Amino acid sequence: MPERGAKVAIVDYGMGNLFSVKHACSHVGLDAEITADRDAVLAADAVILPGVGAFGDAMVTLRDLGMDTALREVAQRGTPLFGICLGLQLLMEVSHEFGEHEGLGLVPGEVVHLGAPRDGDRVLKVPQVGWNALMREPRADGSDAWAGTWFEGLADGTAMYFVHSFVVSPAGAADVLARTRYGDVTFCSALRYRNVFACQCHPERSGPDGLRVYSDFAAALAPRESL
Amino acid sequence: MNVRIIPRLDIKGPNLVKGIHLEGLRVLGKPEVYARHYYEHGADELVYMDVVASLYGRNSLLDIIERTSKEIFIPLTVGGGLRSLDDIRTALRAGADKVSLNTAAIADPNLVREAAKRFGSSTILVSIEAIRQPDGTYEAHTDNGRESTGLDAYEWALRAAELGAGELMVTSIDREGTGEGFDLELTRRIAQSVPIPVIACGGAGSPEHVREVVVDGRADAVSMASILHYGCLGVCDEDTFAVEGNVEYLSGRRAGFAKITPSSIEDVKRHLSENGVPCRYVPKEAAHA
Repeated sequence: MPERGAKVAIVDYGMGNLFSVKHACSHVGLDAEITADRDAVLAADAVILPGVGAFGDAMVTLRDLGMDTALREVAQRGTPLFGICLGLQLLMEVSHEFGEHEGLGLVPGEVVHLGAPRDGDRVLKVPQVGWNALMREPRADGSDAWAGTWFEGLADGTAMYFVHSFVVSPAGAADVLARTRYGDVTFCSALRYRNVFACQCHPERSGPDGLRVYSDFAAALAPRESL
Repeated sequence: MNVRIIPRLDIKGPNLVKGIHLEGLRVLGKPEVYARHYYEHGADELVYMDVVASLYGRNSLLDIIERTSKEIFIPLTVGGGLRSLDDIRTALRAGADKVSLNTAAIADPNLVREAAKRFGSSTILVSIEAIRQPDGTYEAHTDNGRESTGLDAYEWALRAAELGAGELMVTSIDREGTGEGFDLELTRRIAQSVPIPVIACGGAGSPEHVREVVVDGRADAVSMASILHYGCLGVCDEDTFAVEGNVEYLSGRRAGFAKITPSSIEDVKRHLSENGVPCRYVPKEAAHA
């Protein structure tokens, strides 16, 4: 853990509880600021794009704030970018949530509805609300998909807290790290693409295991700081 | 899908209280102490309910929310006395993840729609306090069952889901605090008819009651208070003996709650797991990491 925390910008576009993200950052020694200012985002050592709510409204607000171009610049520069829940979905190219909306396009792929998951004769509730397992994605060459990622400290099958009706379907080169099963539907629950790491679950609300993800995030930022 | 176990902490001023079946409120201790204990012992979420609905009065609920959200990393729902979008924003800014609406939602159902649009559906939980009527229907109430509304609880549940509520918390006022078990019919009727998750509340007296309301009542999550609070009296209530005339009550401890088997969250989850109900189980050592 860094002695003086790296500076993290938590993008505020007006929805949901960003304080739990900030508290989780503070807990692992990061200096995190909730901000709607694109310059603060561009100046940060790392950026978190959190979120709860509707995709379309969120994109409108991000554009109004000039945050869409700022986030693209962040991605281009190679600054670590951490997407959480809606923040993961916003990174994709397109969402089919209530119509069709263009996303930030930082990760190839789309956002689709969970559908009508079933568990035997029982139709499961959507949104999925609750704790579900992250299943480590097997690699063709037998290597560990979580090695060197912020999931490195987790056991395969660790339960995290989810709240969502939509899921991402990444395409092409995006690196699926984990999948999660909800009834008979299996979806991508975490991915990595260049300097982007993003997950559908909320590590900041997932107890000690979730905090472990944040401490790996902080540890990854530490070397930058000592330069 | 893992069933969620959600301790419910009723708060009055700086204190955790519990209504003991028509006998008024008793002080059990500091809510943060219980909250931390439950977090470390595998609670999946927490609910804070301001029982005197005075969130924006003099009391310290906002401070309690702030302190709790800094040290407890599971979802926190806050309810009691929230009347407007501004009130909701204030609670979220203090660190709540979700808010629970009852009185204000019944007075102005449009608040549910507006709040869901503004803060996201998953942030808005509608709480339904139901009392069974002689004809077998259930009427929605407010103020811990003191005020009737004339609304049919089942109709109101469907409407609340349509308006954009992300979850429903359904409390049987008849069973609340009694330890006699949940109202399975009430829970099942609503849980089977709405597309959103239903949290059952009111009546837990044993881990078996929890299993029943999940399997027979079709609850997606279960909220409970007395059964867990009594299970950690002696652990969480050390400073409470001298306050508010509780000496006799607390020194009596478990005496007098014959229908409630004091249980830990681990007891409840072990019983569920052993009976084929999946839940997230947190071993003690992991909780201290």
